[in-house]
Amino acid sequence: MKIEIKNARLIDPATNRNENAALYIDNGLIASTGAAPEGFKADKVIDASGKIICPGLVDLSARLREPGLEYRATLESEMRAAVAGGITSLVCPPDTDPVLDEPGLVEMLTRRAKMADQAHVYPLGALTLGLKGKQLTEMMELTEAGCIGFFQADQPIVDTQVLYRAMQYAATHDYTVWLRPQDAYLARDGIAHDGEVASRLGLASIPTSAETVAISTITLLMRETGARVHLARLSSAAGVELVRRAKADNLPLTSDVGIHHLLLTDHDIGYFDSQYRFTPPLRGLGDRDALSRGAIDGTIDAICSDHTPVDDDAKHVPFGEAEPGATALETLLSLTLKWAEQTNVPLPKALKKITSDPARLLGLPAGRFEVGAPADVCIFNPQAFWVVTAQTLVSQGKNTPYLGRELQGKVTHTLVNGRIVHPS
Amino acid sequence: MLTANPQLNADKTLKHLLTTEGLPKKLIEQILETADQFVSVGDRDVKKVPLLRGKSVFNLFFENSTRTRTTFEIAAKRLSADVINLNINASSASKGESLLDTIDNLAAMNADMFVVRHAESGAAHLIAQHVKPGIAVINAGDGRHAHPTQGLLDMYTIRHYKKSFHNLSVAIVGDILHSRVARSGIHALTTLGCPDVRVIGPKTLIPTAVERMGVTVHHDMQRGLEGCDVVIMLRLQNERMSGSLLPSAHEYFKSYGLTADKLSRAKPDAIVMHPGPMNRGVEIESGIADGTQSVILPQVTFGIAVRMAVMAMVTGN
Repeated sequence: MKIEIKNARLIDPATNRNENAALYIDNGLIASTGAAPEGFKADKVIDASGKIICPGLVDLSARLREPGLEYRATLESEMRAAVAGGITSLVCPPDTDPVLDEPGLVEMLTRRAKMADQAHVYPLGALTLGLKGKQLTEMMELTEAGCIGFFQADQPIVDTQVLYRAMQYAATHDYTVWLRPQDAYLARDGIAHDGEVASRLGLASIPTSAETVAISTITLLMRETGARVHLARLSSAAGVELVRRAKADNLPLTSDVGIHHLLLTDHDIGYFDSQYRFTPPLRGLGDRDALSRGAIDGTIDAICSDHTPVDDDAKHVPFGEAEPGATALETLLSLTLKWAEQTNVPLPKALKKITSDPARLLGLPAGRFEVGAPADVCIFNPQAFWVVTAQTLVSQGKNTPYLGRELQGKVTHTLVNGRIVHPS
Repeated sequence: MLTANPQLNADKTLKHLLTTEGLPKKLIEQILETADQFVSVGDRDVKKVPLLRGKSVFNLFFENSTRTRTTFEIAAKRLSADVINLNINASSASKGESLLDTIDNLAAMNADMFVVRHAESGAAHLIAQHVKPGIAVINAGDGRHAHPTQGLLDMYTIRHYKKSFHNLSVAIVGDILHSRVARSGIHALTTLGCPDVRVIGPKTLIPTAVERMGVTVHHDMQRGLEGCDVVIMLRLQNERMSGSLLPSAHEYFKSYGLTADKLSRAKPDAIVMHPGPMNRGVEIESGIADGTQSVILPQVTFGIAVRMAVMAMVTGN
């Protein structure tokens, strides 16, 4: 199958290319950009006038809710949601039920994902059995089953000796340890950022030190163990600063931020709106702006959706009982464009944060237009507006702060391995 | 995202009472004036007015509180309403029914008003946003967030003894962090124009950035009480008395218990308030609780009138 995508603006963030150019796909691979390869005769031509072609999005955190939490979402629904949002590669955290801590489960997930034949799915294995923070998982076996790293999800390892050894063991085999920096004790029972809003609303709070103490611990252990670490979901200005310093010291550290934390603050909670409950919590204005600066200067490597489909029943409860998180596979692109506009970040640079930057830290041949690489492509209309509603969202999770709001930038086509997977 | 104030109708009259925060000054004054008219009802032979005749008031207590529930019950009965008391932690919640399912079921029984107490901050807001028009919600305490009728009855008491708020110094002492009474009092006081609101307590019991609510913070009680007109003592819950918040009830009393000596720092005519139930010897000395400056029992009496006023107003009277 030969496909030509023409009349569009082509942005390849990895090479800072941003020009009117056609994209040629042959046999699932990128054949050429700009001029047609010799003798190329397209079987299908996509006229993308007024649109932008960019590499398919790479999302560092998307909960597919399989296995075990199918009432929230299914692999099928969320895989369709991903490609509807232009995402062609996604990383799924191990906090499923059962937890992704044994090879059989991972193999089943990757096989089911392959059968769905939509976005590429890269599971993270649990760092400890059951995410309980006590016993290491069989990291080699899990890697063979398809895991690309080991994550503790939202369950901090309380016992620092276990953390130390997990990092040592992962470093032995050169695996990346993913950690969401949060001190279990300082965050205990906390619901919202420790600041004016939590004080006013009477919500138990999570101090910034819950993040900074954890980052300090992790970076100190990195120095001793030589482990490579990815810090997931930074939330505070002080946290960004610690990461900046660790990177200046050349520690093998990468980090990401959830898109909502670049746009929202704790003030948005308003009158206890549970759609604004996140883990880590939305923090103050200064934190949000520092996260933005961190994303711009590279301290924060990537922006992710942190897609978390939650059913209505788990959101229509008092704020403190509501499950944190938002559905975001389909809003990631629009919200990233919104962030770029608000912070005057050039479009290619913003797209880099959701394409080649996350692909680079995963070590994947994705997120860029390279001749001979798999043709994972996102085509979107930057001028189109769409309203986020339960009907327009493909994901089974309808939980988002943006429900009922209009967003700019709509994905029109998504290709994975040169195959049009959206619209299906 | 902030939307319109959920407790007000479009014409700025009271639809629900969820918090004292954001209530217009005029409306608070109107509640206090309406309460004035109800205070005398308790002194009559027939302690009833027919304002809520035929209306069903549901007291929904997801957290036990005999005292508050009783005052709401009396207030509703004096307005001639039918009152149904439900202690939910003993029934639906333990069967796994969700909060909003419980509300829907009771609404289907043609409830006109819900008086709600719940352990989670924001529970009353959630219910108010869920019920159909025509059903009023009164927050009888949600987590650490708000206890607006307590805040308003405190205002009524202060106004009764001090007439005006404009030159008052008010100190709120104790566990501010966990106190919905403190929050409701602070918002009401600042709205009514009280120029000097102080909170007094150890750092472990003072919420972050509480100054942003318009108060000054004191850790030294003697200094904090200097020249005060009103002292509001807060209850210290048993579970906070030892652990990582405080070493012991004994040491707490030493620093933050109200004694004659400490009270002497306030103005000679300062009044002493407490939302009840009191821990004598923990936050307040018995002699003070029963002394001439104490207005703790009048608070209870005024509380009925204030709750009657709120119930009358949310039903359009």
